[in-house]
Amino acid sequence: MMKKKIWNGYLIAGLVITSIVLIWIIVGQFYTPYDPTQMTGAKLQAPSAAHLFGTDKFGRDIFSRVMSGAGTTLLVAVATIGIGAVAGTLIGALTGYFGGYVDEVLMRLNDVLTAFPSILLGLVVISILGPGKYNVILALGIVFIPGYARLMRTAFASQREINYIISAQLMGASTARILAIHMLPNTFSTLLPALTIGFNNAVLAEASMSFLGIGVMPPDISLGYMLSESQGMLRTAPWYALSVGTVIAVLVFGVGMIGEGIQRIGKEDL
Amino acid sequence: MKYALRRIMALVLTMIAVSFLTFAAFHLIGGDPAQAILGTSATPERLELLRHEMGLDRPFLVQYFHWLAGFVTGDLGTSYSYRQPVAELIMPKLGVTFVMVMLSFLIIVALSFPLGMQDAQHSEGKFSWVWTVIGQICMAVPSFFLSIIVSYVCGIVLRFFTPGDFPDMYRHFGSALHYLFFAAVCIAVPRIAMCARMLKSTIIGEMEKSYVRTAISRGNDRQAVLKYHVLKNSLVPTIAFLGQTMAEIVGGGIVVEQVFGIPGIGRFLVSSIATRDYPVVQALVVIMAFWVIMAGTIADLINMKIDPRLRLGGGE
Repeated sequence: MMKKKIWNGYLIAGLVITSIVLIWIIVGQFYTPYDPTQMTGAKLQAPSAAHLFGTDKFGRDIFSRVMSGAGTTLLVAVATIGIGAVAGTLIGALTGYFGGYVDEVLMRLNDVLTAFPSILLGLVVISILGPGKYNVILALGIVFIPGYARLMRTAFASQREINYIISAQLMGASTARILAIHMLPNTFSTLLPALTIGFNNAVLAEASMSFLGIGVMPPDISLGYMLSESQGMLRTAPWYALSVGTVIAVLVFGVGMIGEGIQRIGKEDL
Repeated sequence: MKYALRRIMALVLTMIAVSFLTFAAFHLIGGDPAQAILGTSATPERLELLRHEMGLDRPFLVQYFHWLAGFVTGDLGTSYSYRQPVAELIMPKLGVTFVMVMLSFLIIVALSFPLGMQDAQHSEGKFSWVWTVIGQICMAVPSFFLSIIVSYVCGIVLRFFTPGDFPDMYRHFGSALHYLFFAAVCIAVPRIAMCARMLKSTIIGEMEKSYVRTAISRGNDRQAVLKYHVLKNSLVPTIAFLGQTMAEIVGGGIVVEQVFGIPGIGRFLVSSIATRDYPVVQALVVIMAFWVIMAGTIADLINMKIDPRLRLGGGE
């Protein structure tokens, strides 16, 4: 009998790291040790027991700021992936399964959109919509669709000629049933790691855009916005940039490890 | 050959579509260029005259083809803020970015292949997880955060280069290359990890196929099977992936140039967006997109050379 081994070190490590960061961020939406927008102590204090990440040039507690600002980043990343993955899977499933004329047209359109580096496309969309949290979500969501569509198209198209699909067709299964019940589960090994990579790309893209000053705008604060803010204090408060960057890196690392773990499920023993 | 021709036709069509989309987008958001040039105090008569001179009173499609014809012949319009031809402004900056991106691309190719193969071969080993974790760390650090660290550590502490003091590339190519190297590494690090990982998982997937089992059971050396059979089959998706990576290198360059103070097109793009210099932004967006499409097409053509199945038209 074949028994799938689900748990592996990567998955456990990833889940533990990600859970800790997520709980920390979620708590930060309701409670922070200090008010993230108010002056709470001496300016430009190095990290200490009272201010774990130190304070910035306005005397704001960086720990509290990062805790609450990371929530915006998280919201943007999750919503972006939701838009990109759902729309991308739909497009990929239809074009991959049917092929032909529609496939050709949509894939060429896809080529056109993938020609724009994601930051560039995000930037063009933002200059039409204007900056802000929800526009960043929409812009990045649109930017992420072509990648998922292409990936899922390949995953669906590769099954088109396989016997179990042909059998299902011969048995008279409807197209929707073939796509959703027979094909979709077989794409999970492609989709799930792509979701974790996509989440990370979304976090990094939001950070890049806000870093360039074309993303999340005050009063909302996000990790990317804080990084750009910390650039100006790099010489006087290097701990600001360091703590914001490290939080981004730990979050992305944790989710990346989950992706790595998912890919290894069932691979170890047969 | 026929397929290659089709691919090149597709390239041209994609380029036209990209330029059309970009032109249309900036036509919608760009506002009135005549107003932008003359300022708010201009009289209606002067505005009307300039609009006519610039051809802004003509239909949208005519304007598009006029602009496209200009683009092909190297006339990218005139910058609002510099009052100079956009082409003249962009050219030297494009050169700098080109060198940086290509340097980064070379670093990626040179390192990800040996690393990926190495990793695939030792994927059963006891310490393979160390490599995986290192790879994940490399992917997790945003390239602009890495840039901040590198310019601080290598620039300010170790004094390998002076951040913000970029030498004139056209006079001192060597020292410019030295400066660009640090930026190229910052762009490359996460991509190396990604490409190596991609190559590794392709190789491992390929190793499970029956032709590999057959080759090994017939007494072939594992190493030789990997080199002559598996690697060749793994090349196709990896080259396609490298082609797509170009988009991320060009995009990543925008942010990294900003941190390192490199006078490339990425930095020019950001400053032109801030000053709403739309002819410059539009030209740069199209150039970057063309660059990425070219990379994808070259990757496809190389793949067709490698894999005869693609030449026979069996799918993409």
